[in-house]
Amino acid sequence: MSASKRVFKMTLEIITFLAMFAALYAIFLYAPVEKTMGLVQKIFYIHLPAAFLAFLGFFITFIASLLYLYKRDLKWDAAAFCSAEIGVIFCTIVLITGPIWAKPIWNVWWTWDPRLTTTLILWFVYIAYLMLRSVVKEHQRANFSAVFGIIGFVNVPITFLAIRLWRSIHPVLISSRGINISTPMKHTLALTFLAFCLLFFCLLKSRIRLEKTRMDTEMVSALVEEKFYSN
Amino acid sequence: MAESHKQEYIIEARGLVKKFGFKTALRQVDLFLKKGDCLALFGPNGAGKTTLIQTMCSLMRPTAGKVVIAGFDTRYDSAALHQFIGVIAHDTFLYSDLTAAENLVFYGRMYNVSRLNEKIENLINLVGLSAYAHDQVQTFSRGMKQRLSVARAIIHDPAILFLDEPYTGLDQQGIEDLKQLLMKFRDQGKTIILTSHNLSRGLELCNRAAILNAGVLIYQEDIAKIKKDDFKQIYLKLTGEKTWPAQAPLPASSKNSRRSCGKISYPS
Amino acid sequence: MWKDFLSELRSKELVLSMCLFAFLVLIIFSFAFGTGLKSFKGIIPGILWVAFIFSGLLGLNRSFGVERDKGTLPGLLLCPVSPWEIFLAKMIGTLIFTVIMEIFTLLVFTILYNQNFLPFLLPLGLVILLGTLGFSIIGTIFSAMSSTTSTRDVMLSILVFPIYVPVIIAAVKATGLILDGTSIQTVYAWLKILVAFDLVFLLLAYLTFGFIMEE
Repeated sequence: MSASKRVFKMTLEIITFLAMFAALYAIFLYAPVEKTMGLVQKIFYIHLPAAFLAFLGFFITFIASLLYLYKRDLKWDAAAFCSAEIGVIFCTIVLITGPIWAKPIWNVWWTWDPRLTTTLILWFVYIAYLMLRSVVKEHQRANFSAVFGIIGFVNVPITFLAIRLWRSIHPVLISSRGINISTPMKHTLALTFLAFCLLFFCLLKSRIRLEKTRMDTEMVSALVEEKFYSN
Repeated sequence: MAESHKQEYIIEARGLVKKFGFKTALRQVDLFLKKGDCLALFGPNGAGKTTLIQTMCSLMRPTAGKVVIAGFDTRYDSAALHQFIGVIAHDTFLYSDLTAAENLVFYGRMYNVSRLNEKIENLINLVGLSAYAHDQVQTFSRGMKQRLSVARAIIHDPAILFLDEPYTGLDQQGIEDLKQLLMKFRDQGKTIILTSHNLSRGLELCNRAAILNAGVLIYQEDIAKIKKDDFKQIYLKLTGEKTWPAQAPLPASSKNSRRSCGKISYPS
Repeated sequence: MWKDFLSELRSKELVLSMCLFAFLVLIIFSFAFGTGLKSFKGIIPGILWVAFIFSGLLGLNRSFGVERDKGTLPGLLLCPVSPWEIFLAKMIGTLIFTVIMEIFTLLVFTILYNQNFLPFLLPLGLVILLGTLGFSIIGTIFSAMSSTTSTRDVMLSILVFPIYVPVIIAAVKATGLILDGTSIQTVYAWLKILVAFDLVFLLLAYLTFGFIMEE
């Protein structure tokens, strides 16, 4: 492969790299320090995009699971798996950055707010998804995990509804999470969103490639083994 | 294959592939049986005999290819075609905390068998378990369970029987009884597919023989047309047995033998 | 058709052990909280549902576990019934077992904690039935999955609990409201969530159960 071709194949990675740097610059140098919350507010630039991407990851898992059951092509199963894995990573980031921000601002690490609770449940659902994959027999894995991927995702809106109703009956301590957002902050947020989205697709791309390589390797070793035994 | 031929076959398996993960158990198996055919399937351990049987009777979904039984595709109409097939496998599918009769009642109702009590009594007599009809199955020996399993498999009078090693665990009398029963079914025009390690038992019953090795159907022929040496050599090579079983009743070799490698060769 | 499945499912030990387990859960709660609790009324729904769920899981594990252990599942699948019918039969079996256990639990609770459920029997029964239905539906789907694994019991809990969250919330809340003596109107919103959950998951089971039964 020629050097220029290789660079072309890496375009996504290179752009992501640059965008991440730009985002870092924007977060720490361009965006102003928020008046009431201070520096800790900056964690929101990571928290929000991560939350969005976690959700996107799980949504892709849902779609890929549907496609797998419809087409029965293992590549969709691999896509669902990789996307769920990355979704769990971003969901973990959300669950870690949230309390870091909440402790100084709300004075508690955790509150049973609908959004927080739903995110936590979502995290558990997809941890269960990954665990299921690791314990199920190989020839049933794709079917089982696709069914669970669908059920888990469909459950999200019901869970959210239930938790919102649950909270709205009790008085909610923190009624508004609104932040006064200035124009530079908006710019910064937009930029970090873009950078994180690029990062997401970068990760997904290389994870799927890795999974494909793993599958190829296993297939080759199965073939070799077979040849070995048949002779 | 001409359209007109299609209806003739009661079992059509085309291009069957079954993979477990990355291990391939069946590769492009084609198998065609007419109504009343009786096929004996041989092959060494791990050749894929059980997988082939389970795929054909709709317990497993083929990775590629399809099986059509009596006009029903096993992937889509399995509930409908189950009325036509009876299966005896390694597992007996019996509930050990129920009695022999209760097991048959359960399966009989599942198949909507009419005049069930009468039927069950006949069946239990047929398989020689009348003294134990009201004992729990967990008190049974392997052979008794196998006998009951036979009764279970034929409770709905299936037109097609899949038998995976049906003789295992049976005593001499049981083997003889089952053989007589299967011969009766064969003469009634039922279609039978049977796997066995015992060459002579397979051959004395069947009108077709096939050998499966490493997921490939390497030999398939009418018993009457089998060229003795071909069959013998392939079988011996695969199983690693030194001598040909003396009692195996092979007919004299015939000239117009047609050997096939992986492909179907059904005499037209 | 259902009757046959149920007659086959009859095993007295299972119901008995589920009831006994629920009984133990109630007793452990009384030790854990002591007797002089002021706001005891507030935690009744919680105690009840924890007892229901944990004892219910005990029964769920057996649902498909028994079939896999005895190797009878292929026999069932070979019968001329669709996977959906097998699902319904298993689900209804689980539902009936769990409801028997729940009635027993309520009785024991009445005696141990001197509570009278009689005035609320109808709405309470409805909530418990809807909650248990949801539990049986997802439990049966996941029991079919987890029964193929070696870590069966743990896996089932890990799969069931996150999905069951909306039902736990709705059922506990609705039970609390009913025991407070509020009218059925205030409970209505929670009932809606329970019904929605049951319907959605029944539909999902219908669409996906065939894939789980495949080998």
